[in-house]
Amino acid sequence: MLRTAIITFLAAACLATQANAEIGRVKRASGDAFIERAGARIDAAPGVTVDANDVLVTGADGKMSITFIDNSRFSIGPESRVTLDRFEFNSTTHEGDFETGVEKGSLAVISGQIAKEAPDAMKVRTPTSILGVRGTRFIIEVD
Amino acid sequence: MLKAALAATGMILLLSGCTAERVVLLPNESGESGSVAIFSAAGEEEALLDRPYTEARIAQGGGASVGETSAEAVDAAYGTLIEDLPPPPRSFILYFKVGTTTLMPESEPELDRLLAEASERLGGDVQVVGHTDTVGAKETNDKLSEARAQEVKRLLVERGLDPALVRAVGRGERELLVPTGDEVAETRNRRVEVVVR
Repeated sequence: MLRTAIITFLAAACLATQANAEIGRVKRASGDAFIERAGARIDAAPGVTVDANDVLVTGADGKMSITFIDNSRFSIGPESRVTLDRFEFNSTTHEGDFETGVEKGSLAVISGQIAKEAPDAMKVRTPTSILGVRGTRFIIEVD
Repeated sequence: MLKAALAATGMILLLSGCTAERVVLLPNESGESGSVAIFSAAGEEEALLDRPYTEARIAQGGGASVGETSAEAVDAAYGTLIEDLPPPPRSFILYFKVGTTTLMPESEPELDRLLAEASERLGGDVQVVGHTDTVGAKETNDKLSEARAQEVKRLLVERGLDPALVRAVGRGERELLVPTGDEVAETRNRRVEVVVR
């Protein structure tokens, strides 16, 4: 009985961690495209999961696109470096916080449920500015 | 031809020399437009883009200047980037017989549509969330909703979907599609909601 309870608890804990970690998945990737996570490099390929605090990196011939769990979507062009600084999302209320940084390169964004629920809950940082996203589709390019 | 290419390159160099960043607002998929507010690092609002094909160019030291661009110019500069945006996620609802994990016959074709959509998409992942109506104990409904979600996952995997791409959870009677009091039988609440991304 106790053993079952412990196993159930552990299983639940594992599920919770997993659910918290995955914030999106790579949909397409080509050329030199990878994810930096805790010092490691993971090749970007369709189906690969993306976590908060990942850095998305592409080389001269690389690109990748991602769909997040709040239905936000990214397309990242060549020679880019995009940081996923913060991602919190309540799938019931759609409240959340989504902060991304474009250090260099190009990024096309379609905002999702987080931006729809509250204006400026989705922010994109560039080297000079902070963009507040209010339910829209746009492009950022940083030289 | 070469001359035109050189002129274009010169133009790009010239532009990149004086602007560090560029933000372009596009029309939404629905046709209407949202907006993007541009704040300085210090938090002061510097510009607001609220019409499609308006753009802001931001100099290295900050300071945004807003101007107009066009669909053609955006397509020439960013056509591939925009085309590579993933398609919008699609939602499906499957209904179940009272107190069971048996699909209602009318939900069978929806299951086929959902499977087709998930298999078609590159890197398509599937989120399966089970629900119940308010008849019965909350704990029982938690288990039933989880069992419904797992059953949908099983059906999808049985038909060839990679289990690593399917996440299934149960939400019991917490998220009613049709709000009711406790102990109310409601067909539309006995469901599994599936999002294909």
